[in-house]
Amino acid sequence: MLMRHGRSLEAAEAAVPETRTFTGNRGLEIEEGLIFEIGRPENTGVDLDEPAPFEHRLGSLERQEPSGLPGLSEPETMRHYVRLSRMNYAIDAGIYPLGSCTMKHNPRLNEAMARLSGFADIHPLQPQASVQGALELIAELARWLMVLTGMDAVAMSPRAGAHGEACGMMAIKAAIAAKGEERTRKIVLVPESAHGTNPASAAGAGFEVRPVPARADGTLDPAAVQERLGPDVAAIMLTNPNTCGLFEKDIVEIAALIHEAGAYFYCDGANFNAIMGKTRPGDLGVDAMHINLHKTFSTPHGGGGPGAGPVVLSPRLAAYAPVPFLCREEGGLRLVEQQSEAPGAFGRIAAFHGQMGMFVRAYAYMLSHGADGLRQAAEDAVLNANYVRAGLRDLMSEPFGDRPCMHEVLFDGAWLKPTGLTALDFAKAMIDEGFHPMTIYFPLVAHGAMLIEPTESESKASLDLFIAALRHLAFAARRGETERFAGAPYQAPRERLDETRAARNPILKWTKPGHLKAAHEGRPRAATPFTIT
Amino acid sequence: MPATHYTKSHEYIRVEGETGVVGITDFAQAQLGDVVFVELPPVGQSLSKGTEAATVESVKAAAEVNAPVSGTVIDVNSALGDKPGLVNEDPSGTGWFLKIKLTDAAELDSLMDENAYREFLKTVS
Repeated sequence: MLMRHGRSLEAAEAAVPETRTFTGNRGLEIEEGLIFEIGRPENTGVDLDEPAPFEHRLGSLERQEPSGLPGLSEPETMRHYVRLSRMNYAIDAGIYPLGSCTMKHNPRLNEAMARLSGFADIHPLQPQASVQGALELIAELARWLMVLTGMDAVAMSPRAGAHGEACGMMAIKAAIAAKGEERTRKIVLVPESAHGTNPASAAGAGFEVRPVPARADGTLDPAAVQERLGPDVAAIMLTNPNTCGLFEKDIVEIAALIHEAGAYFYCDGANFNAIMGKTRPGDLGVDAMHINLHKTFSTPHGGGGPGAGPVVLSPRLAAYAPVPFLCREEGGLRLVEQQSEAPGAFGRIAAFHGQMGMFVRAYAYMLSHGADGLRQAAEDAVLNANYVRAGLRDLMSEPFGDRPCMHEVLFDGAWLKPTGLTALDFAKAMIDEGFHPMTIYFPLVAHGAMLIEPTESESKASLDLFIAALRHLAFAARRGETERFAGAPYQAPRERLDETRAARNPILKWTKPGHLKAAHEGRPRAATPFTIT
Repeated sequence: MPATHYTKSHEYIRVEGETGVVGITDFAQAQLGDVVFVELPPVGQSLSKGTEAATVESVKAAAEVNAPVSGTVIDVNSALGDKPGLVNEDPSGTGWFLKIKLTDAAELDSLMDENAYREFLKTVS
């Protein structure tokens, strides 16, 4: 085989026996050190005058040695963080199919709106008369959340999904206490497929968690719920569609059973993006549900921004909503901040009234999509998941039978078993092919779970590429090409991490190395530290 | 001669006289993968059959270890604090979890013996 200019390719390959480079860099991907390794205390990005002589009152507390904090010039600082950011993966770089996480595109329109001065440059403690526009946006967002869910009230302050769960469970606790049943109703039923936060939120609110097994089709059996209901049950926490990507078709019957038993129905709204505009949780009998604005309503998350988890409440729980909440009065909107004004409120769960920047983005997403657009977003999310399912179901195995899914498709590890490979091996090999892996080993009800959620953001072309890559890998696994998987990823900035060692002996603190060589130890890329000769 | 009894949730109890050593089976450790953390109950705690006695965490999942029978905790395997990997290496030996003093030896009758457990494993894998 010849290269274009006539020299043998074999000879060229022989001259560079390894893919490792002299510098440790790969192409223009720079192998970047920690800031402590590259910064020098004598460097600075700003030129400040030496302070004039002054007296201090630190006494013996005065530092005797320089702190040794790393200093960098402005271009060094920029390069450091840009280089690190290039080792990261983001929804802006490609498909991010993490099941249960809803990594959908964050529209740029949302960002432009969030940067408007009237939203971006305000402070939660400034006079309410001066932020009526921002309060109006919160009120409008709250109204549409209630319309979309068919619920009576909404607590806007919860900061994320699990915080919303805590809020909902505390409202339920307050309602039970108001009926004088706080000593008897101590049990919360949680299906085995639940998000881990559900039992944690229930336990955190002081309840005792009882698991409910799923039936063979992956959904919850009303009979299994009824069996466990009694005067000691406070609530059930159910996700719909559930974490297996399946719609709980008996949800109305389950809700009726729960209400009959005098208990409350908490719905984990993490998967509301699959049913938004199609059905209303209020009509299904839900009493409380959090809405992940950072999932369903496209606000950035997963390192890109804070979450926001408003909780909608049914008439049975509305009176117990926490402060603060908005009240429309003659002079405009006013935040009700004191519990003395809201005697039923169970209290306050956050310092201020919520994630303003996320409210603006979520509202922009709502308005730009409109009622038909939101419905289509849900439909497209379900369609895309089923397209992926149809493209892979002949090669991979489905734990609950061959039938349509909702917004995410769940495969299990049964098909991998004869190959000797694990879901982890398969996921790591996806990284080499340029795809962020799906969620693996969740939900726990499926052995070797692989949960794929493409979201509505992906085009058919994008899904076709994704499916093709997974099919290539699945065939390679079946052919027994184990070396392709065993140490994967081979192409990433870091190769396979030793998760066991990382968990058993975590290194939680950087310690100053004795010399340059030590600083490079444990960095698998460069064979020897690159030195300038 | 100690007799070992097994639960459907893959705990074992090796009984000698009035006390029993509790751990998880080889099948359970293989399903969990590398164990990275074990939480054990305080000595003196009373446990009732089927309730949570310990927690075991692996790189894949966290799982509850239930008391195979009722009893009082008389000793725990503190070596697991530094070396949780013992659960993987030697689940029926040095990877034991806790020792209990049995409340009611008759409860052992509801558990499986080694042959029955081996048959049971064929139905779950």
